[in-house]
Amino acid sequence: MALRDETGPYFGEFGGRYVPESLVEALDELSEAWELAKLDPAFRAELDALLKDYVGRPSVVTEAQRFARHAGGARILLKREDLNHTGSHKINNVLGQALLTKRIGKTRVIAETGAGQHGVATATAAALFGLDCVIYMGEVDTERQALNVARMRLLGAEVIPVTTGSRTLKDAINDAMRDWVTNVEDTNYIFGTVAGPHPFPAMVRDLQKIIGEEAREQVLALTGRLPDAVAACVGGGSNAMGIFHAFLDDTAVGLYGFEAAGEGMDTLRHAATISRGRPGVLHGARTFLLQDEDGQTVESHSISAGLDYPGVGPEHSWLASIGRATYRGVTDAAAMDALRLLSRTEGIIPAIESSHALAGALELGRELGQDAVVLVNLSGRGDKDMETAGRYFDLIDAGAEQS
Amino acid sequence: MSAVADVIRTRVDAGSGALVGYLPVGFPTFDESVDAAVAIAQSGVDVIELGLPYSDPVMDGPVIQAATQQALARGFRLSHGFEAVRRITEQVSVPVLLMTYWNPVLSYGVERFADDLVDAGGAGLITPDLIPDEAEEWLAASERTGLDRVFLAAPSSSDARLVRAVEVSRGFVYAVSTMGITGARSDVDSAARGLVARLRDAGVEHTCVGLGISTAQQVREVLDYADGAIVGSALVSALSNGGVDAVASVAADLATGTGRRG
Repeated sequence: MALRDETGPYFGEFGGRYVPESLVEALDELSEAWELAKLDPAFRAELDALLKDYVGRPSVVTEAQRFARHAGGARILLKREDLNHTGSHKINNVLGQALLTKRIGKTRVIAETGAGQHGVATATAAALFGLDCVIYMGEVDTERQALNVARMRLLGAEVIPVTTGSRTLKDAINDAMRDWVTNVEDTNYIFGTVAGPHPFPAMVRDLQKIIGEEAREQVLALTGRLPDAVAACVGGGSNAMGIFHAFLDDTAVGLYGFEAAGEGMDTLRHAATISRGRPGVLHGARTFLLQDEDGQTVESHSISAGLDYPGVGPEHSWLASIGRATYRGVTDAAAMDALRLLSRTEGIIPAIESSHALAGALELGRELGQDAVVLVNLSGRGDKDMETAGRYFDLIDAGAEQS
Repeated sequence: MSAVADVIRTRVDAGSGALVGYLPVGFPTFDESVDAAVAIAQSGVDVIELGLPYSDPVMDGPVIQAATQQALARGFRLSHGFEAVRRITEQVSVPVLLMTYWNPVLSYGVERFADDLVDAGGAGLITPDLIPDEAEEWLAASERTGLDRVFLAAPSSSDARLVRAVEVSRGFVYAVSTMGITGARSDVDSAARGLVARLRDAGVEHTCVGLGISTAQQVREVLDYADGAIVGSALVSALSNGGVDAVASVAADLATGTGRRG
């Protein structure tokens, strides 16, 4: 069977539904609705029209020639998900799930968010479709991504800062799950990544795989061949699954996921789930996770809120376990260097998340050498990260205040 | 045979039903959590549901989250869970079920966990985020060791899922009174009565209702149609605010709802 044909609930020994019984009915309903919707030409047509006229798809592929000079002479091609409406790949998934919400007759949506990109995308779709919207966001993240909180509120969403546990993405997911258990009758949970219980890993991947499908054609048209390597950052892993999927059965194409190595893979402050974790159950799926010897989740660390997650999508765990994809770590410092390098060589300011993939691409280019083609998923733009970058590179004049 | 089922049967035969009391290990301290469990057993609680603190407790409301987070911050380890079961069962004869999210069990090793729980004198497990569909390893380990396995049933569960929950559960089936998480509520949902009736149709022998029960009056109402009433947050609040004496007094009051004391 082709690797692309895996539909869940299990990916090898990973995946499943480790959830309270109260959620099973909602998950069954969602699975069934998704199976029907994805085969329904009317649903597909409505989603395709939104992706074209609202998101601006297809996103272009940009060759980064000046940036590539730092990558051992390899050709670096950027899949520009940063140019999507709302500034990242997250909108692809959200529009599909919002359409599905309408289809199953629910009127309220909830979502978790880390960096705020998924929350902004969900708030956007809720505004577009007239749905009530509540976003759960760890208190720590509301502080480091204050601008995205404002965006969500401007779009009409209620943002609830989560104060339990580590007050980051994982706790936002816990609180969103608690909300869903309580309000499942009128509420749909728009999950932001390829993690969580079935059907989320397969459904979110199905909605993100357009990235790889477009890019595969675009790279063929541009270079006359498939890329040697595809690089993407991995937190939960939705942009990576999105760009990997079309290439899963192209065995000559190397697939590389770059996890946040934070302050270093050998420190305790990283989010390198596959590289440093072991299999367990978190947020409804069996997958690799960062945990202590008692199975308590260990807090992750990354300069990028979007990668600061101690779990990972089960399909990635499976791809790692069968050796189809390779997962490596990129430190905060290497990612920030790549962010600055792309800004200065190409005039493109990438999200800190995506900068992990760019740093990885520099490494891959040097390994693969002249003439190699490396496709990078530039999953989001860096506007939301200006405060972090400004502080990191000391770009903001002391005492200056935005007026 | 299941000691939990025996206790429930005795209470039902006597004309009421069982009172199941939840407390987490390690809150406010390890010793006090053991003393509190012993005290509620001596005050009329028939079955102890002993919670293992976990970093990501998606079924728990604010009161229990705050307690278990504090226990974790103070260095709770899984080994303390087994030690607590041992110390409680040495002092009182009520059966003790562990309530645990699945990852700690998986991480410890399902078979090893089952063996150590038997050694400690525990009766079995309540597994809030393990549905029968994913429970193959636990079904095998509990079959081998004879431990009870309490699965949850929800108002939203299909008839087929209720039948499955009844088939695989031993001890009792945990009927979730309302759609939601743990925490006291002013009135226990009428959904509970309907769910218990559907569980009876599915052939359940014993079912206890939990989530939202905090007063003797609610215990009395629930025991009118169910075999047991499960109380958690109300006990944890009492322990948090007034220590072991307070939790014992709240347990004694709740036990009046079973019609045996007061």
